[in-house]
Amino acid sequence: MSSQPLSQNQEYFELNLGPQHPATHGVLRVKLLMDGEYIVDAEPVLGYIHRMHELMGENRSWAQYLPNMGRLDYLSALSYNLGYVELVEKMAGIEVPERAEYIRVITTEMNRISSHLLWFGAFVLDLGGFTPLLYAFDDREQILDLLESVTGSRLTYCYYLFGGCYNDVEDDFLSGCLAFIKRMRTRLPMYHNLVTKNVILRQRLEGVGPVSAEMCRKYGATGPVLRGSGIHYDLRKNEPYSIYPELDFDVPVYPEGDSMARFMVRMDEMEQSMRIIEQAIAKIPEGPVMAEKVPKMIKPAAGDYYHAVEAARGTFAIRAVSDGKNQAYRMKLRSPTFSNLSLFQEASRGMLLADGLAFMGSLDLVIPEIDR
Amino acid sequence: MNKENVIQELQALAAEGMAEQREEASAAPVAEPAGEEEAKPKKALPPEPRRNGVLEVEYAVRGVHLDVQIKGDQVVRAAQILDEAGMTLEAITGVDWMKDQELEVVYDYSYTGGPCFRVVVRARIPRHEPTIPTVSEVFAGANWHERETFDFFGIHFEGHPQLEYLLLPEDCDFHPLLKDFKGC
Repeated sequence: MSSQPLSQNQEYFELNLGPQHPATHGVLRVKLLMDGEYIVDAEPVLGYIHRMHELMGENRSWAQYLPNMGRLDYLSALSYNLGYVELVEKMAGIEVPERAEYIRVITTEMNRISSHLLWFGAFVLDLGGFTPLLYAFDDREQILDLLESVTGSRLTYCYYLFGGCYNDVEDDFLSGCLAFIKRMRTRLPMYHNLVTKNVILRQRLEGVGPVSAEMCRKYGATGPVLRGSGIHYDLRKNEPYSIYPELDFDVPVYPEGDSMARFMVRMDEMEQSMRIIEQAIAKIPEGPVMAEKVPKMIKPAAGDYYHAVEAARGTFAIRAVSDGKNQAYRMKLRSPTFSNLSLFQEASRGMLLADGLAFMGSLDLVIPEIDR
Repeated sequence: MNKENVIQELQALAAEGMAEQREEASAAPVAEPAGEEEAKPKKALPPEPRRNGVLEVEYAVRGVHLDVQIKGDQVVRAAQILDEAGMTLEAITGVDWMKDQELEVVYDYSYTGGPCFRVVVRARIPRHEPTIPTVSEVFAGANWHERETFDFFGIHFEGHPQLEYLLLPEDCDFHPLLKDFKGC
């Protein structure tokens, strides 16, 4: 497929993609300027579900803000929970018991697999393959059931508290996770046979939507988008937090920078998350899941604090400014897909519209997190 | 990336700004250097605005390695220094210091090519005339971050190619993160 516009006449037309469009997975609108089937310019228009989470952070206490963290990226909410509680623990100097750290890592990684599974199903659906979605949702359902049994919710989790977790996990949950991994190890090869090796899929993805490492750097793209451009950057390794340094896992990196590379990074990350969960379950110690002394009123010393974690879509970071009170003076949420989407306008120039949609799917957008 | 070089260049930049500032404010009393803010007792007066300069802060507490405060018109040069060092612009945001009648623009940089290195660059601008040059020519990703900061604080980024509302509706006439915003 050529990526150069064919016609020489300058008769362009405008096309609106969204805000209600199945391929945008949420209310994202893209203003397209088209030359026949080719994209001349694509400008994403944001803000359709903007809720001003940052202002909410300034008018409620640190603890009252916890539920908001489940409502940014509703597909991998636990990473956001983790980033926020770790930030406040750092600010207030709260120690977390070891068992709680292990539970946090196990549940976060389960959530990461479920997020990647949903992306996998929806992405292949965007490309016209309906069947994989049904398989992926079947697997994802198992994870949601497991997480529901410990957290009490299926999507918008609010499970971690300052100093630990809301409740302890049962042995049933841990054995359930291992059973899921055993099952998933038979499913992943099937997905590769069914989807990855499919020649139609490969032709839709290979060489489409190339994003160079330099472009990622200029736009601040992170996560699988950056790793699909050949950069070995994963905060779990580069800026270790929680108990990740004690666990042995690899960071999948593909140098091609096309949609296929991003596809492969996420497929491989599922396997790595399973390795993390297995090791964490083998090592999990007995003990309490909440720190003994957690102040009811958290009043961090004045100043500003920054904390970043690796969410399923890239670097999620919070910059909190405290003035010594029980609520934040300023709460900045840095969401990964906001930056990942910002390169779409430049990268999609000259692409076929159908390829543009495949490219957009490979960025793994979650609109509530972009709009915040 | 050579960390020492980056630190030296930023220090030189901040020193330049400080010299200018001293000339401007030679009549006015100079504020005490605030230093590490966490050392302050709980119920002290609101801390004085920090003087410009480069601070190496404790990463385990603050989450950044280097804290740079410069003048508003120097942010583009700071971005160029960090761009040449191969760093990434992670986010831009603002903070409203209404008591000081100032707005702070905060740039978070990180390094994706190797060991973790985080730099925060901040500049304070007067609240009644919030104007600062854009860094979107150095980092293309700054475009959206600056538009978002314009939405929330009304900060005008000079030279920005498309300074329109990004997240807020295009016809709105308020900036919700200003501390005197009372709802709409």
